[in-house]
Amino acid sequence: MQNRTLEIGVGMFLLAGILALILLALRVSGLSTSAANDTYKLYAYFDNIAGLTVRAKVTMAGVTVGKVTAIDLDRDNFTGRVTMQVDKKVNNLPVDSTASILTAGLLGEKYIGLSVGGDDKLLTDGGTIHDTQSSLVLEDLIGKFLLNTVNKDAK
Amino acid sequence: MRKKSLLERIRLFGRAAIDMVAVLGRSGLFLLHALVGRRGIGGGFQLLVKQLYSVGVMSLLIIVVSGMFIGMVLALQGFSILTKYGSEQAVGQMVALTLLRELGPVVTALLFAGRAGSALTAEIGNMKSTEQLSSLEMIGVDPLKYIAAPRLWAGFISLPILAIIFSVVGIWGGSWVAIDWLGVYDGSFWANMQNSVSFTDDVVNGVIKSVVFAFVVTWIAVFQGYDCEPTSEGISRATTKTVVYASLAILGLDFILTALMFGDF
Repeated sequence: MQNRTLEIGVGMFLLAGILALILLALRVSGLSTSAANDTYKLYAYFDNIAGLTVRAKVTMAGVTVGKVTAIDLDRDNFTGRVTMQVDKKVNNLPVDSTASILTAGLLGEKYIGLSVGGDDKLLTDGGTIHDTQSSLVLEDLIGKFLLNTVNKDAK
Repeated sequence: MRKKSLLERIRLFGRAAIDMVAVLGRSGLFLLHALVGRRGIGGGFQLLVKQLYSVGVMSLLIIVVSGMFIGMVLALQGFSILTKYGSEQAVGQMVALTLLRELGPVVTALLFAGRAGSALTAEIGNMKSTEQLSSLEMIGVDPLKYIAAPRLWAGFISLPILAIIFSVVGIWGGSWVAIDWLGVYDGSFWANMQNSVSFTDDVVNGVIKSVVFAFVVTWIAVFQGYDCEPTSEGISRATTKTVVYASLAILGLDFILTALMFGDF
């Protein structure tokens, strides 16, 4: 009898460990069992992707609809090509939709925001978003600001 | 007179070094003999279950309670800092990464050294001082296989499990404080966490850390008990040594492992 409760205790301990690991995998690290078949691929070319990273989220009206899966340089026209996986449920994006790189908060992470266009044709798997807005680079902004003040002084 | 005392000092220094090397060698041989080779008598599984109960299940309470409080404190502290930068949604990510990468494995191993390691040392040391170990040898049972091996395996198995449970409970405590009490939006709390925590980099590396700690802590604890002087003073000294050495080894190894895993070089 003593032995039995002991074994039940150990069994429950081991089960709790396995359960906790599964919880960590699914709930905390977001390791989803549903693979790529629930998403479709979109490409977007940016002049400057500064700070955007793989696994960054893709949002639409603030709602996360996908994530960035790859970032590489397009050798021919020297732009950054971003590959996104977008949820299949959001398959009604017009061809002239806009993708812009945004920042969450003042110091937050970079993410991609999609805004809808007005075209009748829809983006399909492997489609490209042509209308893009690059990441805001602080140095460029300061440069422009300084240039403006100098010009004003000249007048 | 002075020269002699200098020579004497050098002799003592040399003796300390030789002793240290001897202890290292003995503990290595001890581990090898306990784990490798033919099993002694039957019923090894029963012995392991019994040890898993006393080492693992009995440590569950302190692990769960401290895990929950550490998670809650992390969420509170993180919230008060992050809210200055207006990014309090990142509190989930901070709590999860801190627990999975560092605090889960390290604090669990430290608690384990205090809760289970010292008990193992005292138990085996007491067996030695009451000559139970030599009586086992007398009747032809290898005490390394019968006493040491099940305890070593129980420690190796239960510490990683305890560390995982610690992290889960800590994250749950943190989410309770952040979402239900401080009013962080729960969607962004979990989404931020899931975006930034990667299973292979964070969860698996944390588990690898706790496996290493389990190995070291249990080894030190069981060896110190087995190697202690068979007197009551000897047992108390061995127990102290277990906790001190195990804690130092955990913290030192944690630095090395962190440098290897997250150091990017």
